Amino acid sequence: MHESGCAAFAPFAESWKTQMRYVKPESYEAASAVLVAEQGIARILTGGTDVLVMLKAEVVEPDLMVDIKHLPGMRDIVSEDGGYRIGAAVSSAQLGEHAGVKAMWPGVVEGAELIGSTQVQNRATMVGNLCTASPAADSVPALVTANAIARVHGPDGARDVPVVDIPIGPGKTSLLKGEFITSTYLPARPDNAADAYLRFIPRTEMDIAVSSAAVSLELDASGSVTAAFVALGAVAPTVRLVPDAGAALIGTKLDAAAIAGLVAAAEAACSPITDKRGTIEFRTKTAGVLAKRAAHIAYSRAGGKT
Amino acid sequence: MALDHQAKRDFKVVGTRVARPDGIDKVTGKAAYGADITAPGMLFGRILRSPHAHARIKSIDVSEAAKAPGVKAVVTSADLASPDDEYYADIRDNCLAREKVLYDGHAVAAVAATSKAAAKAAIRLIKVDYEILPHVTDVDEAMKPDAPVVQEGRALENVPAGMSQNVTSHFEFGHGDLDAGFAKADKIIERTFKTAATHQGYIEPQACMASLGADGRGEVWCCTQGQYMVRANCAEVLGIEASQLRVISSEIGGGFGGKTTTFIEPVALALSRKSGKPVKIVMTREEVLRATGPTVSTSMDIKIGMTNEGRITAARGELRYQGGAFPCGTVEFGAQAAFAAYDLEAVQTLGWNVMTNRPKEIAYRAPGAPTSIYAVESVVDELCQELGLDPLDVRLMNAARKGTLSAYGPTFSEIGLVATLEAAKAHPHYNAPLGPNQGRGLSCGFWFNFGGNTCVSLNINDDGTIGVVEGNPDIGGSRASISMMAAEELGVPYDKVRTVIADTTSLGFNDVTDGSRVTFAVGLATIKAARAAIQEMCKRVAKIWGIDEDAVLWEDGFAKPSGPNAGTHPPMSLAEIAAIAGNTGGPIAGHHEVNADGAGVSFGVHLVDTEVDPETGATKILRYTIFQDAGKAVHPDYVEGQMQGGAVQGIGWALNEEYIYGEDGRLQNAGFLDYRIPVASDLPSIETVILEIPNPGHPYGVRGVGETPIVPPLAAISNAVSRAAGVRMTELPMSPPRLLKAMSA
Amino acid sequence: MKMIPVETTINGDRTEFLCNSDESLLDVLRDRLGLTGAKEGCGTGDCGACSVTLNGRLVCSCLVLGVEVDGAEVETIEGMADGETLHPLQRIFIEEAALQCGICTPGILIAAKSLLEKNPDPTDTEVRYWLAGNLCRCTGYDKIIKAVQKAAAEMRAA
Repeated sequence: MHESGCAAFAPFAESWKTQMRYVKPESYEAASAVLVAEQGIARILTGGTDVLVMLKAEVVEPDLMVDIKHLPGMRDIVSEDGGYRIGAAVSSAQLGEHAGVKAMWPGVVEGAELIGSTQVQNRATMVGNLCTASPAADSVPALVTANAIARVHGPDGARDVPVVDIPIGPGKTSLLKGEFITSTYLPARPDNAADAYLRFIPRTEMDIAVSSAAVSLELDASGSVTAAFVALGAVAPTVRLVPDAGAALIGTKLDAAAIAGLVAAAEAACSPITDKRGTIEFRTKTAGVLAKRAAHIAYSRAGGKT
Repeated sequence: MALDHQAKRDFKVVGTRVARPDGIDKVTGKAAYGADITAPGMLFGRILRSPHAHARIKSIDVSEAAKAPGVKAVVTSADLASPDDEYYADIRDNCLAREKVLYDGHAVAAVAATSKAAAKAAIRLIKVDYEILPHVTDVDEAMKPDAPVVQEGRALENVPAGMSQNVTSHFEFGHGDLDAGFAKADKIIERTFKTAATHQGYIEPQACMASLGADGRGEVWCCTQGQYMVRANCAEVLGIEASQLRVISSEIGGGFGGKTTTFIEPVALALSRKSGKPVKIVMTREEVLRATGPTVSTSMDIKIGMTNEGRITAARGELRYQGGAFPCGTVEFGAQAAFAAYDLEAVQTLGWNVMTNRPKEIAYRAPGAPTSIYAVESVVDELCQELGLDPLDVRLMNAARKGTLSAYGPTFSEIGLVATLEAAKAHPHYNAPLGPNQGRGLSCGFWFNFGGNTCVSLNINDDGTIGVVEGNPDIGGSRASISMMAAEELGVPYDKVRTVIADTTSLGFNDVTDGSRVTFAVGLATIKAARAAIQEMCKRVAKIWGIDEDAVLWEDGFAKPSGPNAGTHPPMSLAEIAAIAGNTGGPIAGHHEVNADGAGVSFGVHLVDTEVDPETGATKILRYTIFQDAGKAVHPDYVEGQMQGGAVQGIGWALNEEYIYGEDGRLQNAGFLDYRIPVASDLPSIETVILEIPNPGHPYGVRGVGETPIVPPLAAISNAVSRAAGVRMTELPMSPPRLLKAMSA
Repeated sequence: MKMIPVETTINGDRTEFLCNSDESLLDVLRDRLGLTGAKEGCGTGDCGACSVTLNGRLVCSCLVLGVEVDGAEVETIEGMADGETLHPLQRIFIEEAALQCGICTPGILIAAKSLLEKNPDPTDTEVRYWLAGNLCRCTGYDKIIKAVQKAAAEMRAA
C-alpha cells in the first residue's frame, strides 16, 4: 500500500478543492440514479467500518459517498417464507441480538459477530463485509453455505443473486454501476439442521482471518447427514464453496473416514498466498482443521451425536 | 546516598496505596496529552516521507507546495543547523533526511498550512527526485562484506578490517578461561537464535506544538519522556540556545523508552520559525510504526556447558544486533545483561552493532536485554531438559548473589535473585498439575537500572502544604510515589503534598525518564530536598526557642527539642512553622541536584503455563506469575502495574509482535491490525509477588522496577512451549505458522 | 465546497457544528468541539481509544463520519461524570490503579459502561472479550478487569 505524497508527480494536486460529496438519497431509485450518474469514484456507506479505514489510509478518495442506511427496510430483520430477510444496514450486533436468526443460522451470526471489535460489530454489516470483498471476510463463508441470496437494486430495478456470486476477486464484486445490495435472504431450515463458522487468528480477537471455514449440515432422524455445504475463506482470491468436501459427509455420521475425506477435499481446494498473516502451508493445513472442527460443531448443533 | 541505617523503619506513607494526583483528570478526559493543545493562529504540520528503503536525494522541489493554498512554510534538512557532535547530527538527519533517505518512511520534507486538508494536499506537490539504491534489512545480511552500505565511515576503531562498513561497533565482556570451562562440562549446547524487531506500542502517537520566534525564543509542548532532552536536541538541531527554548511536557500516553528522543519537535520548530506561527504536528499510527524508533532485531549464538549436576562451567554468547540506519549502542547492554543472573567462572559475551535500512532504534524497556536473555535462558532450559534437572534448582545452583563477580564486570552487593527464585519454588504455581498439550516454563530477568542527573525543588507553602517540583515526566504513577516520599520524610499526610513536573525553565537539567530511574533517583533527590527543608525549619525553630540548631529534631511532622537539655518547648508543627516563615527569615524550601548513582539492579523470575493447539500452533497463556525484587515498593499498586504491563509486552514480543519487511525494504504491517499487540482476551489474570531486598544505594531501599518485567517472558514462554509442544523455538515471535511448521517437522 | 451543518446531541446537550464531509466524528469532537477526551490512537478502528456511544451503541468515533450523527445522540467521556460526582467506574479505576498513563482510559471507561448497561453481571471472560477492541499497553489489562468487576458489583448492589 503506497502512502500519499511519495510520488514525484502529483495526480491529486487539484482534488482537495473538490471535496467528497455526501448524499443521503430518499429512495432506492434515487440512490441508483446518483450512483449511475457519478463520473468519479463512488462509495456506498452502511456501517463504514471498511470504507472509513480506506479513506484514512488514502487508499481511496471517493468523489461521492452515498449513505443508504436510512432507506426503507435497510435496518429491518423480517421473517419471510420461513427464513429471514436481513436489511443491508443491519449491524452484526443487531443480528446477534435476534433470537430467531441466531437459532436458525448460528454460523452466519457467528461470522458476522467476529468482525473486528465490539465497537466495530455495532456498525459493521454483513453486506458491507461482503461487498468489500476481502478474501478473508468473516461473514461470507457462512452466507455461502447457507445458500443466502443477495437482493440487488439497480437502475433496472431489483434482482436476486446468490451471495456466492457477489465477490469475484479481492476487492471486486459482480455488481454493476448503479447497483447496491438492499438485503440478504437466509432460507428456511428443516429440523435437524445447523451451521457453524470458525476462523484462525493468531490472537483471540481483532485479527483478519488467516483461514476460515463454514459448514452447514442437514441430518435425517437417525443422525445421518443428508445435505452438507462447506466453504473456506482466506485461502483463495474469493470464498470457496467446496462441493467435494460436502459430498464426503453425505450419508455419514461424521466417522473418521468421512472427516478424513472432508479434510482432504478442503486442503485440495485451497490456493492461498503467503503474506504477513500466514504461509501457504499454514493456511492450507488449518483450513482443513477448521473445516473438521466446524463440521463437528454444526453436527452437534443439529442434534447429531458422535 | 546510602540506605538509611535506621533500625527497621516503620514507614507510615511509603508502602501504602494512595490515590494518584492525576487520576480524576485522566478518568474524565480532562488531562492534556500531546495532541490535546491548540493555540491561536496555529498551523498544521505534515511530513513527507520516503517510499524507498534506500535512495540518494538528487533534488527536492518545494516550489509548488510553497505556493499551494494555505501553506505558510515548507522545510527540508537545509533549514536545520549542522551540529558538530555526531550524536546530534544523527538526530538532525533522522528528523529530516540530508543526502540520502535511509529507510522506508524517513522524513524528507514538511509543510505547515492553515488546515489539515491543505497540508495533506501540499505534501503531494513536493517533487523529490530519488536515485534508488540497493537496500539491506536483515542483520546477518547487513554484516556481509558485500552488503549495501547504509552509511560510510561510521565504524569505531575496534571493528576489525574487512567487515562491511555497516558494522559500527564491537563489545566484549567476560572473565575466566572458556576452554577450560567447556572442558569441564558434561553437556554443551550451542544454539543460534533470531528475533524480529518490535515496537513499544504506546497508544499515544507522538504529538507536539512548537513556536519559535524571529528572536530565537521558543516553546514546545510535547509528549515526551524528557523535556530537557527535547530542549537539548532541538537547540542543537535548530542552532539556537537551549536557554531560549522552553519545553513543557504534556501528560504522556505511554513511552516505554520510545519517547526518549525527538522526531517531530525540531521539524515543528523549523516550520514555526519560517511561518511565524505555532505549528502542531501529530503523527499517525502508520508514521509511528514506520518512522519512530523500534527495537533492534537480532541474531545470536549461545554456547553453554553444564555438569550433570547442573553447574554451569562456561558460557559464551555472540550477539549481532541491527539498530537501523544509524549507529546504535544497544548491543552493549544486551551483551552485559545476557549472563548477569549467573555466577560463572568462565564467561564471554561479544556484541556487534550493524546498520541496516530500517528506522533508527530507540530504547524499549530494558533495551538489548530481552533478546540476549531469551537466548541464554533458552539454552539453560534445554540443558535442564537434556540432563533431566529441575530448572529452578539449576538457577538456584548457579544464581548470582551478593559478592558474585558479574558477567559484565561489577561485583554484586545485596541482590534479590535468590529470593525471587525461592519464592517461585515455594509458590503453588510451580507444582500445579498440567493437562495434555500444556507445559510450564520459567526464566530469570535482569536490568541494571540507572540513576542520572536529577533536580528537585521542595517548597513549604505558607499554609503548611508542600510543593515538590521535579523534572521527570510521569509515565507510571511516579508523582504519587514522589509525594509519598516527601510526605514520609516531612511527617505530613500524603494529601498535603503536590508534586508537579516542571518545564525546562524551572529546574536544572534532568535526564530522561528511563532506566527505571524516577522512583529511585527523583525519590532520592526528593528525600534529600525534604531533609534540607527540615534542616531549615529546625534552624528557624532553634532561633525561636533560643537553642542550638542541633538541639532541635524533626519527628512525625513536628520540630521537637532533642532532649531534656534542650529545654521544655511544645513541639511546633510544619504548618505552624510555615505560617510564620516570613518572620523567621522568609519562605522555606529545600532543593537537591545530583547525578545519582547506587541504583540497584532488579532481578525477576517469571513462571508461565501454556497450552499449544497441536493442529494449529496457537499458543494460549493459561497462568502467569511474576516474582520481582523491588527493593522497597513505595506504592505497591504501581509496582504491580509495572510488573504486569511489562510482562504483557514480553508476551506480545514472544508470540506475535514483529516488524515485517518486504523484499522491497518497505514495512508491511504499519498498523495495529497487523502489528499485533496483546488484547484483553488473550491473557489470563497475572499474579504478582513483590520481594523486598533493600537497595543499599537508596535511603528507603528502592530499586527501579519498570524494565525488568519485559525480560523474562520471551524465554519463559519459549521454555513452556518447548514442554507443551515438544519443539524448541529459536526464532521470535513464535507465531502459529512458525510453531506449526516446527511441530510438523 | 461548503461545509455541512450538523445538529446533534452530545452528552445531553444540543450541539450544532459545521464539518467537511470526510471528517470523522473523532475529528469533529477533538478539533471542532474541544472534546479531546476521545483520543486517536490509530485512526483505523483497531485500538478503541476513540470510543464513544452513538444512540446508545458503543462505537469507534474514528469510524463514523461527522455528518452521520445528525439527529443522533452521542455520549463521550466528558459526559460520564455527573458534575463532580464520578461514575463508579471512574472512581474505582482510580482506587484500583486500573490506569497508568491513562490514554486508553476514556475509551475503556466508555466501553465498560456500555458493557455493564447491557450485561450487569459479566464473567471475566465476557469482560475481556467485550474490551478486546480497547488496547492498553501499560497495564496488561489485569487491574482493568478487576476494576470493572468491582464497579459492576457495586452497581448491582445499588
